[in-house]
Amino acid sequence: MVFSILQRLGQMVFVLFGISALVFLIFFATPGSDPAARIAGRNAAQETVQAIRKDFGFDRPLPVQYAIMMKKLFVSRDLTSFVNRGLEVVPQVMRAAPITLSLVFGAAILWVVGSIAVGVLAAMTRDTIIDKGLMILALIGVSMPVFWLGELLNLVSQSRFHDSFLFSWVPGLGYKPFFDGPWLWFKTLVIPWFTLAALYIGIYGRVLRANLVETYQEDYIRTARAKGLSPSRVMLRHALRMSLIPFVTMFGMDFGVLVGGAALLTEVVFGLNGVGRLTYQAMLNLDLPMILATVMYASFFVVVTNALVDILYVVIDPRVRGN
Amino acid sequence: MEPHPMKSPLLDVQGLTVSFSSDRGRVKAIDDVSFSVAEGEILSIVGESGSGKSVTLMSLLGLNDPKTTFVEGAVAFRRKHLLEMPDRELRRLRGKEIGLISQDPMTALTPVYTIGWQIAEQIRTHENVSKSAALKRAVELLAAVGLPNPNEAKDRYPHQLSGGMRQRAVIAMALSCNPALLVADEPTTALDVTVQAQVLDLLLRLRDEFGSAIILITHDMGVVAEVADRVHVMYAGRIVEKGTTEEVFERPMHPYSWGLMASIPPIDGPRLPRLPSIPGMPPVPGAIPTGCAFAPRCRFARAACLERPPVRRDGGHAALCVLEGEERERLRASVLGEEIAA
Repeated sequence: MVFSILQRLGQMVFVLFGISALVFLIFFATPGSDPAARIAGRNAAQETVQAIRKDFGFDRPLPVQYAIMMKKLFVSRDLTSFVNRGLEVVPQVMRAAPITLSLVFGAAILWVVGSIAVGVLAAMTRDTIIDKGLMILALIGVSMPVFWLGELLNLVSQSRFHDSFLFSWVPGLGYKPFFDGPWLWFKTLVIPWFTLAALYIGIYGRVLRANLVETYQEDYIRTARAKGLSPSRVMLRHALRMSLIPFVTMFGMDFGVLVGGAALLTEVVFGLNGVGRLTYQAMLNLDLPMILATVMYASFFVVVTNALVDILYVVIDPRVRGN
Repeated sequence: MEPHPMKSPLLDVQGLTVSFSSDRGRVKAIDDVSFSVAEGEILSIVGESGSGKSVTLMSLLGLNDPKTTFVEGAVAFRRKHLLEMPDRELRRLRGKEIGLISQDPMTALTPVYTIGWQIAEQIRTHENVSKSAALKRAVELLAAVGLPNPNEAKDRYPHQLSGGMRQRAVIAMALSCNPALLVADEPTTALDVTVQAQVLDLLLRLRDEFGSAIILITHDMGVVAEVADRVHVMYAGRIVEKGTTEEVFERPMHPYSWGLMASIPPIDGPRLPRLPSIPGMPPVPGAIPTGCAFAPRCRFARAACLERPPVRRDGGHAALCVLEGEERERLRASVLGEEIAA
């Protein structure tokens, strides 16, 4: 088991290297475009372009260019944006990351707990009113666009009913750091968490219900029932345990992508300056160093969460452990 | 229904009828099935796939989906009526007094738990014992069913064991609470021939050791001949012939049983160019004829077969067929030849 985990971590390092090389090549070795000019941004002075070319070593061979770029990103961390004059890129990402992580972690806890509750309850009350009601609610959750739901909740909690007892506790929009006051941090994020989680509770709840219903056709469920186990034990220890395997796969994907910036809409609606928003602004300005940094950051999280999911597999499914 | 004067029956099934709800309304899968099992007896139910053998037993255990399955009749286990029993009480019987051995050991165990854990889980469901005591019992059971190295085997996951070993583990689990009745649903079908023989020997030995009665569902006549005390032949949801193993094998009364016998490959003599088989397919539930269900495939079918067939008896031996007496003897000889007559 330890060996398979170490093996997986080794693969992770390899994949990260591959991604960094690929991203570098796409940005700086695309034929027919001058990377120095692109880093300098639109309407840059000729001197700036020359300085960048020398600074990034664009007149030297590709491997050297790659090494310089990685050094600027990870070692000296002084990659600077030329669109926003002299702004260092790495500290920007570092400032945005905790915001996105706070948002996505909280939402993830909500959606895992919520969707397991929905899926299990629906599967246990299969084909009854409760099951159908839950599935309709889940479908509504899936269909509501996140920006619409966010704006609606903002309208209710920040404006219409802000002065009533219901929502007077809601702080103004924008992120409040955890270490400045955990309670305030929590209150700021509760509504964004729900907004982001609604979609995933819907998807995961429906998928889990389908998996559970399918699992109930399996022989080992019949064996478990023939053993005289209670219905809740059959559900939780046997059926749910098996259905969690595909659930975990989906979770790893979605979680990685969200931490990597896919929570953009939620961030924008609630004024949270997270990584998604940072990437979005860099795209608008064609701020190449910033885009490079955020892409590296995002792929790092996708790869790490995928590795974590694989390790979790080894823990929950003995069949993937090597002998 | 033949009474057993010696012992009071452990399980007594009277007029069991099972129907499923389908797109075309209710479909009868089991039609008026009655049988009984005495303590310590091995009763074998034989028949083709789809004849309703498994469905019968699953409905006894309450393991069919109650939303789509309708079970009527009377089932008494030690004079307790299983069909009217609330689920909570039935659960106390399942696994404790009635053990189930399922068909395919490859899929019968939950893949993510060790077999020791799964056996201990059943013991702890029914008895108030500590985890370590339950695990110790599991190891003893695994040793009793002949798993080499039981102490190590208890920590194995199902996928780490071979098919035969898994079936032994499933049997150990079914035996874990000393059930009075073991229900074995084609326990050897998924195994290869040498392992089949071992598992059958094991079942016979365990019957003597643990004293459990066994209902053995199978479509393998060889298995039946080897272990069963009594045999019921099932066709299209009805029991068409019942009797002791000796009676059914030596003087089968129903043409369907003749067909089953004729399809057993002979062990000696010249090799047959083709194994005799029964032409046609068994009817699907919903399309079962109102008269004799076997008539469309029967060589000896006649006008009388359109009516519901009468019960012909010969002591405890009985069959659902119009044939009787001299004519039956003659037709049987024409199918089975010298083999049986000798």
